[in-house]
Amino acid sequence: MLPCASDGRGVTMDRMAAPLPATTRQVDPDLAEDSVVDTPWQAIVWNDPVNLMSYVTYVLQKLFGYPEPKATALMLDVHHKGKAAVSAGDKDKIEADVAKLHAAGLWATMQRA
Amino acid sequence: MNGWKRAGRGGRTRLVASMEAQEAAVLRGLVGEVRQILAGRTDDNPADELAVLTGMRTGPSTRPTDRVLARLLPDFTTEDADLAAGLRSLHEPELIEAKDSAAAVVLETLPESGGRVELTPDQADAWLAAINDVRLALGTALDVSEDMPEELPPDDPRATHIGVYHWLTFVQDALVQTRMQVR
Repeated sequence: MLPCASDGRGVTMDRMAAPLPATTRQVDPDLAEDSVVDTPWQAIVWNDPVNLMSYVTYVLQKLFGYPEPKATALMLDVHHKGKAAVSAGDKDKIEADVAKLHAAGLWATMQRA
Repeated sequence: MNGWKRAGRGGRTRLVASMEAQEAAVLRGLVGEVRQILAGRTDDNPADELAVLTGMRTGPSTRPTDRVLARLLPDFTTEDADLAAGLRSLHEPELIEAKDSAAAVVLETLPESGGRVELTPDQADAWLAAINDVRLALGTALDVSEDMPEELPPDDPRATHIGVYHWLTFVQDALVQTRMQVR
């Protein structure tokens, strides 16, 4: 798990902070379990010995529209910690994000947040 | 090849470099090789009738056994083998296509005998992806590590190839730096 807060996690937090409808409070735990379907996913970029720091930063800016300081911070996380969550969202979005990262040649996978 | 320069402004911005004949030959050769490696993967998984009919291709669900191909076409997830197989089957054909188109842009814009190379920002992005694929392929084959020295001992069988790898690193890094100045 990524120890430092990236924006991806911001999305997660916002969703979790959203007030639950009053009715769900009395819901049977089995049904509540079903709401896990909405659990966001994360796109993870892994460190590898070939990809250049400059290129990884550029790809994160270009694919996700991140400002350079944020893209650089994520790249440094990948470099120093071995990986970083670079985006978060529903499964379809993250699947598309990982496909774009693969097209750029980054080593990326998806996982549940 | 002394690096990349910006020329022009706005919609007419170009990224410009000059390549020696030998540099052009090496880069074209390697880009062509990566293309062939990827084409081999496609040939191993011919489209069935349904795919031809619907235009919806599905790729293989298993990871390539060749480690260069495996690095170019990574798994989507490490957590769930079924999901990884399904996503590979769904996305691999378009991933190979994207890599092939990037390679094609390099071959179209790099004169065979070398000389002036002039790229639009989009073409520069294709170059970055294609050079990166070549570096991934070479880096995997050469077992490149992060603390790899600039030169290997002459008796190391990788010594002659590592120079090409480092040159590609320079070409790519210089292009990224110039590309980042273009909005």
